[in-house]
Amino acid sequence: MIAHDQATPTISEGHTRRSALLIAALALVGALIFTSLVLLSSNVPPLAAYNLIFLGTFSTPTRISDMVMLASPLLLCSCGLTLTFAAGLYNLGIEGQMALGAVAAMIPLRLLPNLPPPLLWVLAFACGAAGGAMWALLVAGLRIRLQVNEIFAGLGLNFLASGIALYLVLGPWRRIGRASSSGTEPLPTDVWLPTFGTLRVAPAAPVIALIILVLIWFAVTRTRWGLELRAVGLNPQAAGRMGIPATRRLAESLAACGALAGIAGAIQVLAVFHQLIPSISSGIGLLALLVVLLIQANPAWVLPIAAAFAIFTTGSLQMSVALGADSSIAGVLQGALVLFALLARGLSGRR
Amino acid sequence: MEQILITLAAVLATAAPLIFATMGETISERAGVVNLSLDGSMLLAAMAGFAVARVSGSLALGFAAAALVGCLVALILGVLSLSLGQSQTAVGFVLALLCTDLSSFLGTPYVRKPGPAVPHAPLPGLSDIPILGPLLFSHDMLIYASFLLLPTVWWFLYHTRAGLVLRALGERPQTAYARGVPVIRLRYLYLLIGGALVGIAGAAYSLDLKQGWSYRHTFGTGWIALAIVIFGGWHPWRVAIGCYLFAALQSLASRSQSVLPSIPTQVFQVAPFVLMIVVLALINLLASPGTAHRLATLPKPLRRPAERFVGWLATPAPAALGQPFQRP
Repeated sequence: MIAHDQATPTISEGHTRRSALLIAALALVGALIFTSLVLLSSNVPPLAAYNLIFLGTFSTPTRISDMVMLASPLLLCSCGLTLTFAAGLYNLGIEGQMALGAVAAMIPLRLLPNLPPPLLWVLAFACGAAGGAMWALLVAGLRIRLQVNEIFAGLGLNFLASGIALYLVLGPWRRIGRASSSGTEPLPTDVWLPTFGTLRVAPAAPVIALIILVLIWFAVTRTRWGLELRAVGLNPQAAGRMGIPATRRLAESLAACGALAGIAGAIQVLAVFHQLIPSISSGIGLLALLVVLLIQANPAWVLPIAAAFAIFTTGSLQMSVALGADSSIAGVLQGALVLFALLARGLSGRR
Repeated sequence: MEQILITLAAVLATAAPLIFATMGETISERAGVVNLSLDGSMLLAAMAGFAVARVSGSLALGFAAAALVGCLVALILGVLSLSLGQSQTAVGFVLALLCTDLSSFLGTPYVRKPGPAVPHAPLPGLSDIPILGPLLFSHDMLIYASFLLLPTVWWFLYHTRAGLVLRALGERPQTAYARGVPVIRLRYLYLLIGGALVGIAGAAYSLDLKQGWSYRHTFGTGWIALAIVIFGGWHPWRVAIGCYLFAALQSLASRSQSVLPSIPTQVFQVAPFVLMIVVLALINLLASPGTAHRLATLPKPLRRPAERFVGWLATPAPAALGQPFQRP
């Protein structure tokens, strides 16, 4: 397996605020120049494009509510990844953990449709968390017992999870009368998470995400458990000699991350799509990995960066209608931001 | 019989892009650098190769552009990780996502457009040999090149002085440095060569096996290639066996679909991935100390070959893989 990565992402500490600001500025300027060049090469006017990416979200209440409903699962996944990154793990399996969480959340919704909705919601969230955690523990088991690198175990399980979701959508849970890969039968509207009027925003989702964000921030920065997690991430051997159960902490961080991803999957089912679709995770897990890489897993920065990324993605969705260009430009900007942040960190001589 | 031959020939052909990608990755990982950007750089190279070949009408230019894109992505990885000390995993992952989105954005004008393709070219004379002819010699130039690449990489790694130095870069970079080897410069070189091969693998899809360009054209092949390199224990022949096994499994999966029509296609499509994880786990199980103890209890005539077999299956990763090199 790939040897232990010496330059694993860890929570940045002891850096002066000024150099951190300089790095952020360099990353932003570099990413904007790079993205502008990409836009110009496709004959898209950069200013009009940036207007959409940065401000397009705020043009209508519908778009703002869409952004909130993207930011909530993104926040949850980023919180989970903060834990695994602190422990020095690259949990690329988060997409699959989210998908399995969504699948597990569907189980009570399908089996017990007559329960009162609030009880169903609690059950769906609990099942989602359990499903995601179970899927993450598979990665943990493969990594700890069988030394399969977590990156490849996670990636393989992602493919498997999307296979399971597809199988359910086309097989046992298919729409009555016509099987379609677009999704299962939509849930009855009374089990949808309640929304503000006709908007798509379900206040429960961002509230849950923010509560969990505070809990994670507290756990990582203010508890012994969080300190031990970071110690394991910096040097597992040394942590083991200090009496920290290193493999246990690795498994715990993965299980917690999987549970949070599973809750994000349950939100996708209960409040975003209202059905199980094959690509239920919608790449949110991968986006969360970018968020966490950009901020070096510092929980204090999760909220602003996750919100900014959600704004970019939602805003760029109008690109194809307004400017005839593909909405993947948001991904280009997000990726470039992280790449230039890594460049700036490298230039300033720190890991 | 004829049917089996056709199927086998098709397996050899569909594995060609995997061969290019895994050989490229094997070279850079043996030199101690993980290029995790494989999936993204393959996509970007596939798009660029198709675009250049379509606009210029020249296949050679298309492949050159694809190789150049692969090199460029590898160069970015090199600058950030080898020169600036950032984590190879982090940089590679970001590049994988960034290049994927770049290929989607820049490739929009080329989606489902016709373009040139590598022509079928049975080798005169050789293709008439019974069995071997249809199996090995009725493909196109790119697939012959994949057949040639394999022994070339193996011979280079294990039978040349430069290959020995390459392996030293991945195992004992400090020692190599002490003996006057320019570690960083050579790591750059092999990372770039590996990147070029990865780029060609991308173009092998868009200009040959899956002609044209569409959104996420290579469907996760880059991630599979990364897993196959580990599965193959960083040894060219075993990596190649992994590629052909994977291609055979995929063809088997699409066939078993007609036998068991009640199960959706997609279930068969994920089967190879699951098998890959299982095999990786099994190999690591074989390499564990417990297995060594159990083997030691076998009767003597059995023990030797069993130990040799396990040793052959379970090769460790290059010792310095993924680690930064600091001048002593």
